[in-house]
Order: sequence, then C-alpha cells, then structure tokens
Amino acid sequence: MIVIPYVDKPHPLTGVTNAKFGIWLFLASEVMLFGALFSTLIILRTGSANWPLGSTELNVPLATINTIALITSSVTIVLAWASLKMQQIGRFRVYMALTLLLSAVFLVIKYFEYTHKFEHGHFPSTSTFFAIYFTMTGLHGIHIIGGMIVNAYLMGPGSAMWKKNPEQFTGRVECAGLYWHFVDLVWIFLFPSFYLL
Amino acid sequence: MSSHDSHAQGHHEMGFIRKWVFSTDHKVIGIQYAVTAMLFLLFGFFLILMLRWQLAHPNTAIPIIGGFLPESWANGGVMTPDFYNVIGAMHGTIMVFLGVVPLSVGGFGNYLLPIQVGAQDMAFPKLNMASYWVFFIGGVIMFASFFLPGGPAANGWTSYPPLSVVAQNGQTMWLLGMVFLITSSLLGSVNFIVTGVQLRTKGMSFFRMPLFVWAQLVTSFLLLLAFPPLEAAGVLQLMDRVFGSSFFLPSGLIVSGEKLTVSGGGNPILWQHLFWFLAHPEVYVLILPAFGIVAEVIATNTRKPIYGYQTLIYSMVFLGFMSFFVWAHHMFMTGMGTNLSNFFQATTMIISVPSVIILTTLLLTLWGASIRYTVPMLFALAFLPMFAIGGLTGLPLGLAAADIHLHDTYYVIGHFHYVVAPGTLFGLFAGVYHWFPKVTGRKTNVALGKLHFWISFLAINGVFFPMFFQGMAGVSRRLYDPMVYAHVAHSQGLTVLSSYCSFILGAAQFLFLANIIYSAFKGKKVESDNPWESTTLEWATATPPPHENFPTPLEVFRGPYEYGLTPKGYSPQHLQEA
Amino acid sequence: MTETTSWMPADAFAPRTAESPYGWGLPLNISTHGAGIDQLINILHWFCLALFVGWGLYFLYCLVRFRARPGHQPNPMLNHFKLPTFLEVGVAIFEVAILVFLAAPVWGSYKNDFPDEKDALVVRITAEQFAWNVHYPGRDGKFGKTDINLIDGTNTIGLDRNDADAKDDIFTINNLHIPVNKKVIAYIHSKDVIHSFFLPVMRVKQDAVPGMTNKVWFEANQTGSFEIACAQLCGNSHFRMRGQFLVDTPEAYQAFLVEEEKALSEASQ
Repeated sequence: MIVIPYVDKPHPLTGVTNAKFGIWLFLASEVMLFGALFSTLIILRTGSANWPLGSTELNVPLATINTIALITSSVTIVLAWASLKMQQIGRFRVYMALTLLLSAVFLVIKYFEYTHKFEHGHFPSTSTFFAIYFTMTGLHGIHIIGGMIVNAYLMGPGSAMWKKNPEQFTGRVECAGLYWHFVDLVWIFLFPSFYLL
Repeated sequence: MSSHDSHAQGHHEMGFIRKWVFSTDHKVIGIQYAVTAMLFLLFGFFLILMLRWQLAHPNTAIPIIGGFLPESWANGGVMTPDFYNVIGAMHGTIMVFLGVVPLSVGGFGNYLLPIQVGAQDMAFPKLNMASYWVFFIGGVIMFASFFLPGGPAANGWTSYPPLSVVAQNGQTMWLLGMVFLITSSLLGSVNFIVTGVQLRTKGMSFFRMPLFVWAQLVTSFLLLLAFPPLEAAGVLQLMDRVFGSSFFLPSGLIVSGEKLTVSGGGNPILWQHLFWFLAHPEVYVLILPAFGIVAEVIATNTRKPIYGYQTLIYSMVFLGFMSFFVWAHHMFMTGMGTNLSNFFQATTMIISVPSVIILTTLLLTLWGASIRYTVPMLFALAFLPMFAIGGLTGLPLGLAAADIHLHDTYYVIGHFHYVVAPGTLFGLFAGVYHWFPKVTGRKTNVALGKLHFWISFLAINGVFFPMFFQGMAGVSRRLYDPMVYAHVAHSQGLTVLSSYCSFILGAAQFLFLANIIYSAFKGKKVESDNPWESTTLEWATATPPPHENFPTPLEVFRGPYEYGLTPKGYSPQHLQEA
Repeated sequence: MTETTSWMPADAFAPRTAESPYGWGLPLNISTHGAGIDQLINILHWFCLALFVGWGLYFLYCLVRFRARPGHQPNPMLNHFKLPTFLEVGVAIFEVAILVFLAAPVWGSYKNDFPDEKDALVVRITAEQFAWNVHYPGRDGKFGKTDINLIDGTNTIGLDRNDADAKDDIFTINNLHIPVNKKVIAYIHSKDVIHSFFLPVMRVKQDAVPGMTNKVWFEANQTGSFEIACAQLCGNSHFRMRGQFLVDTPEAYQAFLVEEEKALSEASQ
C-alpha cells in the first residue's frame, strides 16, 4: 500500500506539510504571473502620452466597498481556520459561509461595475487603459471564483474529512486561506493601481 | 490541494482504465508522458523534413507526401510559403513544448524522481494525473489547429506581434494550447519540488541525491517561476486577438495598405520581454534534465564517482538562478542602448562559467575511469562534445557587437540545435537505452542501438555544422526560397548537404523505433534487477518496479556515486554494508 | 529555378571582392565599423576552436586510455585537479577581457558614435510587408511631412507634397543608394509588423519596429551593388523582401539624384 508521508504532519526539515509547501510554491508562481501583468501595466502607462486618471474613469466608492469586503473575508477565513483549531466545526461553517457571502458581494459589485462600463462603450478595445483594467481585474475575478469553489467545497462535502482526519482537514483549510489572502493581496495592489493613482 | 486517498489505491487489481489511462501511479504517468512526447517528437521531426526538402529543392514537388497535402499547403505537391511558415512555427513549438520538455521532465522526471529519492509516489498523485491530462489537452489543441481553415500558427515559435496579432486563427489556437501546456507545467513543477524536498526516504540527505534529481528540482523551479510571465503574455495576446485590445499594437499601423482599426498605444517589444523572460530559462529547462541523465549514465559506465559532485550541484543551481537575468540578449537588435545591453552581455558571460564547469567536471570524471561502451554511454559521451559546440557558439551570439551580424541567421539555428538536438536529444536517447531494462524488464538490441547511434551522430553533425558557415555568410532564418538572395544562394550546396543529412537522420530513427518496440515485447528478459551494476535506488527495486516502488521503505547510507571503492566495484545507496 | 551550380562554389573560401562578395563564412566587409565586428567574430572563433580542440584531444585520449578491459581498474580516488580550475579562471578572464576591451567598445561605437546630421546623408527607411521604402530629404536636406492618411499605392510613405520641405523629397522602393566614403544615418521604422534591416556586407542589422524609430549609422568604403535583407520573419513573403543596396561613387550618386529629380518634375507636370 502506498504511504505518502507528511500529509497531515509537518516535515521535520521544512516544518510544513506537503500541501502547505505546495501552496506556497503555487503562490510563488502566481506572484510571477501577476508580477508580469503589473510590469505590463507600468510599461504601458509610462509609454502612454495620455493615460487617464483612474478616479475619473472608474467608480472609486464601489471599489472601496469591494476592498472592505475582501479584507473582511480574509479575516473571516482566518476565523474559520481558528474555529477548527478550537475543534468547533459548527463555527467553522458559519465563518466559511460569511467568507463566501463577502466574496459574492465582491463579484456582484464587480458585475455592476463591468456592465456599467460596457453600457458606456468602454471595452478592452477602447484603450490600453481599459484593456489592462479588464484583463487584470478579470483574471483576478477568475481567481476569486476559483477560491469560492474551493471554499464552498471545504464548507460542504469536503468537510466530511473532519471526522476521518481533522489535522489534514485543518491543513486544507489553512491552504485555502493562504490562497485567499493572496487573492486579497492582489486586489490591494489592483485597487490603487487602477482606481486611485 | 490533492491528497492521498488510500482506499482507491490499494494493492488489489485495477481495471485497465484506472491502471493505464487515468492512473495516479507516477510510473504510468511517466510512461504516458514519454510515449505522447515521443509521438510529438516524431511529428515535429517529420514536419521539418518536408521543410528541408523545400530548401534543398526549392519549388519542386515533395516526393510522395506532397500529393496528399491540401492545396493551400502544397500547390501541386510544391510547398507554399504559408505552409513553410506553419512548419517553422509548429516545429519549434512541438519540439520544445510538446516533445523535449514532456519527455525529459514529464517522462523521465515523473518516472525516476520519486524512485530515486526512495518515495512510493509523488506527493500529490492526483495532481500528477491532472498535469498529464492538461498537457494532453494542450497537445490536442495544438494538433487540432492543423485542421483549421487557414491552418495553424505561422509566426515562428516566438510569435512576435504585431505579425501574430494580425495573423490567421491558428494563432488563437496556439495561444490556447500554450495556456494549457503552461498550466500543466506549473502543476507538475509544484509536485516535483514537494516530492523532492519532502518525500526523501530516511538517510537521503540533499547531498546524497542523484544529480538527476537535482537537475529536475532546478528545472522545476525554472518552470514554476519563468512560465507565468509567458502565461500572462499569452493572455494579453489572446485579448488582442479575441477582444480587439492593443497591448502589442502601437498606433498608426497600416497592414496591407489598410489602416488598422484598433485603439493602439501598445508596445510590440513588451511581448518580446515577457516571451524571453520565459524562453531563456526554458533553454535550461531543456538542457538540465539531459545533464542529469548524462551524469547518471556516465557515473554508471565509468565505474568511478562523478568528479566534483557538489560543484556540479552548485553550478546547476547558479545556472538556474542566473538564467532569469539574461533574457534580453535575444533582443540586442530591437534598438537597445548600451547600458541595458552591457548589463545583459555581462550576465551572459557570467552564465557561461557554470556551463563550462559542468562540462569540465563531466570530462574530468573520465580520467582514471574504466569506460564501458554501452549504447547509453555512447550517447552520453557524444553529448559532451556536442554540448560543447552548442555552448561555445553561444559566445559570439551573447556579445552584442558580434550579434549584429549573426542575429537571426542560421548561426543561431546551428547554435541552439547543437544544444538541444545532439545535446539534449542524445541525452534523452541515453536515458531511454539506460532505463529501458528497468521500465520494461527487457533489454534493447545492442547492435541496433550502436548502429542507431553512429548513423545519428554522423548525420546530425552533417545537418547542423554547415549552418555555422551559412550563418556567418549572413543567411537569414525562415527564408522559404533560398534562391532569392545572392548571399543565400551561394551556400546552397551546404543547404543540400544539411537536408540530405536530415533525411538520413530521419531514416536512422526507424532503427530506434524498431528497437524499442520490438524489445518492449520480445526483447531478452533481464536476469537481474540491476543489470548495469548501478548504485542509485531505482535499481534496488524489482523490475519493473511494483506499484508502490518499495514494498518497505529503504534507508540510504551513502552518496549516489560510490563506484570502485570496494572489490565488488559499486556500493548501492541502500546497503548498509557496501 | 534551381541553378546547376557545383556543390561547393569555387569562391566558398576565396578572398572576398566587390565582384564576388559572398561565399561560405563572412561576406565582404565594406563598412568602416565592420572590421571591429569581424575581428571580434574571428577572435571568438579561434578561442572556441582552441578550447574545443583542447577538450577534444583530452576527451579522445581518455576514451582510449581508460576503456574497460581485462586487468584495468578504475581509480575512484582522483577527485582533485588544479589545472582545470586555472583553465576555468582563464576562460572567465578571457571573457571579461573580450567584453570590456573589444565587444563593448565596438558595440558602443556602433550605437553611440553618430556623426553630425549636417555632415552625413540622412535617410528614412520604412519597412512594410514586403518592401523597403527609402525616403531621401532631397537637396534641402529636410524631410517633408508625412501622414499615414496619405498612404496609397503610389505614395507608399504618405509624403505630403504640399509641404514646402517635401517638394524635393525622393523616395524609392527596394533601392538604397549611398555615396561611398560618406557617413549615413538611417532612421528605421515599420508600417505594419516587425522587420529587420540587414546589410550583410555592412555588418548592419537593426529591427524595424512599428511604433518606434531606431537609428543606425554606417559608412561604406567601397563601391558596388549588394543586398538588403529582411532578417525577421514578417509574413508569408518574408523570403522575397529583398532590396538593392548600391554604394555609388560621388559622381554616380549625383547622377542618381539628378535622374530621380527629373522623374519627380516630370511626374508633377
């Protein structure tokens, strides 16, 4: 029978489980992905003669609400994980649901922002400003959706693991949380880059 | 993240589909990768043979095959310029992304890395399966693009915009295919690194790991960190093509006399930066696993330890690190000033040092050896001078002043093919012959193998060496008809030589195919689990290895290359008493 | 179209002349800056050859002397040699030296030592699929206005003939005339995709990138008729994006200008 070590216990040398090590590596590659896009933003912007001011083109109050929603969701997912650490699976579900709710709020607001732009004839083909705006926020949105699917799975069917192997399950939630913090962090860079500066 | 589900992988018999199609066993996945990759290598090679015919005999019908191609590809059997460009682009793409990397990393890496560190499987077996199938989808998309009206991408494997943005639909398929291939590589590299670091068996310290494992780990880091910028670039080019954005299109473009109706404001050079930021580390992704294989084969067949084992490791790590800082030496001709180019020339000179060290240590290993001329050893030995030629010819290209004349000429083609064709591919052949007995339990035919080696070795030099003379003569790449320019037509004799050698090289590969296919089913059975008398852990298990590799975990007591220290001649890593 | 030439032309390695500028290996060099480039390429190849022959001899010696045979034992204790370390350091020093003392100065001169525009012939070269448009400022030395909206089948660079500076401007297609022994500054630009302006006999190469104007300078010291090549894949007819590169005597260059001016005045009547 195949036994894979360090699925639920940390490796003595690295101090992390396989999954946690894996998620950190994955996030490193994500940093390179968004790093490349932020570099693109800088190059396009510095090379442009008339880059528009974000606050005049985009809706700052809505984006501020979104920022608050995402930051709060980062807190709730930590609380969800902490609940597991305190053996409270019920509270875990509540905090996970809150996280999902806040991410849904983010997406709904983003949806209204997008449709508003489309109604005013702003598309990726309109200007490089809107092109990079839609590309980066769109890619970030896909990351949000991916995270929501994972979080929903962990809250629902995935939580069956809690009975079999609570340590491994807690580890999974922690990994989901790390990813979620990263997605949140990307938004914290996106918000000023597009809306404020 | 995926984790191990012990119930699904018990020791009981599994159905064909679970065992050979949707398998989570790293060995089966490795074989899947290897077979798929070899098919793509053959396909990519077949494409370029058609192109070599057009170059040797411009505007004459391709024999036999020409008649089967659609009108838009071969008009009356004569290759069209459009199809020529298709081949140019798809040969490169297929060889690099669907052939060499999947074979060396996906195939050899998957099969050997867990066994060589003494693990029972990858850290994330399901993720491993997913990465193969994502790769497979990417391959299907690339292959399917041949059946699109207008054909596949035809803008070089580098896909420089604006040409690639205004091109036919094949380019969109290319970009989609790339997104899948990149995703597959990312999943794979996470798995490799976690397995290599966390799943080493007892006693397998970092400096007891075989060089092959080290090479795979460095490669995985390169894939993990260099590929995402290309993914970003691919997404941006997809946006340009599908949603009409202008990331890579400046204002005021006039294509075929028509003003392009786009917003403009983009930058075509931006693509080149993002592309080469991947594509230079990619060169080391292509070569490092082959280094690893060659090191294993040389150690086994010289019957003595690898010279400077730790130096080799430090060199590989340094090489990997530096490969992130040299990318713009591909772009000296784009209008780069002296400051930037001096930086990239200096980093390029620096990166040549670890390459020279690696080559030197492998050469020094030969001193005082007892060289067994097995078939894998022939390929591994040939790798050394071939890689040397490839590396040395990089020197004139890495200096901007010499690059003025040599940039984008056949010199470049000769240079990088020496690295990846008689270099990496020979390393991979060495690997196939070396591990074939372990994977199948049967031996390959030695006489056929030697014939395959000698014909390939002579022919491949005949293909690529003339290109240096042509490149010096200023013959540009990607010219459909070599008779248009006087300076190109002057070396037509070399083109013909090169082409006919490539046909011979192609014919020689049938020897290889016949050998491995026949041997896999009818070859002589191996008498021992360790037919080469090797020291690393893959030889310590049954042949072929069982599902869990090692029924009981092994303990490692010594470094990987302890040869010649005892009267027996070799000291396996897992035996306490050598 | 295949010519029945012998496999190896007689001039493959013969000394290059203006009549026979091409062969196997470097073509004739007629530029003033090209000697440095050729010298660099030659030194690097001698260096590579020396290293390769050194390695190769050692390699072949090992293959024979250390072959497995009855009675031959490997020696596993050979794990430190001093000589290779010195060689490594030697290679590194050579690379630094060649970069600092030859490669960087040659490149620096190519990129930075532009002549004064007053003393030089200034041309604009606009690449398109699949031709080279060459725009000369004419007698007044001033380029007329160009506008992309004026581009059509005959006015391929969109020159505004109503502009005073444009009256005497000349443009040619796939034909670059320069006078010998005079510095030339070329502004290189593209209308559509990336091309690369390559003069093999001048050791000049510069990508023509849309949205950017790149500048190169060169000076020819021999007359003759040569080629402009496109060195960057630019579409299905990239292979025939060939231009003529003519280095004229001062008299022949004047004659070319006079002829073009005559054609211009006839066309405007």
